[in-house]
Amino acid sequence: MINFIGVHKWFKKLHVLNDINLHVTQGEVLVVCGPSGSGKSTLIRTINQLEPIDDGRLVVDGMDLSDKKTDINKLRAEVGFVFQQFNLYPHLSVLKNITLAPIKIRRTSKKEAEEQAMTLLERVGLTDKRDAFPSQLSGGQQQRVAIARALAMNPRIMLFDEPTSALDPEMIGEVLSVMQDLAKSGMTMVVVTHEMGFAREVAHRVVFMDAGTVLEEAAPEVFFKNPQHDRARQFLKQLLSPMH
Amino acid sequence: MCPPHPLHHTRNSKRGLDVLSYHFDWSIILSGKYFDWLVSGVKVTLQLSAAGIVLSFLLGLIVAIMRMSAFKPFRWLACIFLEFTRNTPLLVQIFFWYFGSYKLLPEAVNDWLLTQNFEFAAGLIALTIYTSAFIAEDIRSGVLSIPKEQMEAARSAGFSYLRSMQYIILPQAIRITVPPLVNQFLNLAKNSSLTMTIGVMELTYQARQVESYTFKGFEAFTAATLVYLALSFIITFLMHQYNERILKIHMAA
Ligand SMILES: Nc1ncnc2c1ncn2[C@@H]1O[C@H](COP(=O)(O)OP(=O)(O)OP(=O)(O)O)[C@@H](O)[C@H]1O
Ligand SMILES: [Mg+2]
Repeated sequence: MINFIGVHKWFKKLHVLNDINLHVTQGEVLVVCGPSGSGKSTLIRTINQLEPIDDGRLVVDGMDLSDKKTDINKLRAEVGFVFQQFNLYPHLSVLKNITLAPIKIRRTSKKEAEEQAMTLLERVGLTDKRDAFPSQLSGGQQQRVAIARALAMNPRIMLFDEPTSALDPEMIGEVLSVMQDLAKSGMTMVVVTHEMGFAREVAHRVVFMDAGTVLEEAAPEVFFKNPQHDRARQFLKQLLSPMH
Repeated sequence: MCPPHPLHHTRNSKRGLDVLSYHFDWSIILSGKYFDWLVSGVKVTLQLSAAGIVLSFLLGLIVAIMRMSAFKPFRWLACIFLEFTRNTPLLVQIFFWYFGSYKLLPEAVNDWLLTQNFEFAAGLIALTIYTSAFIAEDIRSGVLSIPKEQMEAARSAGFSYLRSMQYIILPQAIRITVPPLVNQFLNLAKNSSLTMTIGVMELTYQARQVESYTFKGFEAFTAATLVYLALSFIITFLMHQYNERILKIHMAA
């Protein structure tokens, strides 16, 4: 579904992605973790080409991102992206946030798009907020709307970049449980997160990044019990310490 | 072109300080021929302002988008346009379009233009172009104030750059831009009086006419002043209503 082959990326002199080789199969949930600045966001953002790659090959859902002829908008329509800061459209109601892309890009009828939006809102537990505006919602609610908005395009892949990092602790659970349901439904997901509980329970595989490289790649039970590298051990220790 | 100031009349006449015993006469401009002149001037001013506001907004939008485009030639074109229009006097631009533009056009077009209201067209073009430059810069700074994450969210959903602008960025940017836009629209309405210099028979032109026929300059220009004031109030009020409405609908907290 997603195939990184020797991918490199630089920001000026900074080598942010260094020879990335990763393969995500259909229905797989991949969790990406690692210290701040290690390139996690950059990695996940290359998958829908919010960041173009400089070298190597990247094939997503059969489309080659290194090929100039690939219709990037078409690819993005098939890939849902959920941001750390939600990034809902503040000038549109919850319902319109969700239906805008299906109506304008997929040419779905308004009625059909709204019905689908209501189904999605039910799924994320927010049917009563259909006419609210983003500014009227809590962070957790906004993030759930953002997930519903991404799902409204019936994506083949969902990407999450630290979806719970901007949330108050009591709201993290509601967002994670929506993501967990989504994983159960067989969605292919790449999730950058430090929620190790989520990784343990939901992920099929965990990737540990450091300084632009994939340092470790393992099943969660293996990774958490027995990390191979000092950097990973350090990282996990820090994460689990109460001071974090 | 310029009739002598009324003070010269009184000085030159044997009546001396007659200016002090100026006889106010509102009735002369509130009915009959002179009233009709003023009303026709008001009509032309309204037409110029309304058409100018709509056209300069559209042109400003296009220039702003070109100015921000990733395509270099568009950016250059927009920059050249902005430099020329913002850095030359409006009056010169009005004369340019009136005296200069037809030299660039084929004769057949000119013959046709002469049968049309050429003054009005030249005045409207000058006002539109001049104002659009300022509107473009206001819209651009509005767009720049929208967090870049909004563009990222739109692009991630699969919208092209232009569609993202259309549905997500510009609606938010225009909202922020409403107060400066009000200023530009007010400027346009007031600047429309400059088109009298090329013979557009708008309000100031007609007030001037009334003055030179009746010597009732005070009354005529008081009337004109009140109409401009009213026009400004109407523009401000309409934009305020628009602003309130979108604030109520979209930003309810
Ligand atoms: N647009 C950019 N221009 C230049 N440098 C950038 C840019 N975006 C990120 N970087 C740099 O690239 C490196 C990797 O950034 P990235 O955001 O991918 O890290 P991350 O692992 O997501 O970190 P965090 O956990 O803090 O989100 C960092 O050193 C960052 O400063
Ligand atoms: Mg990050």
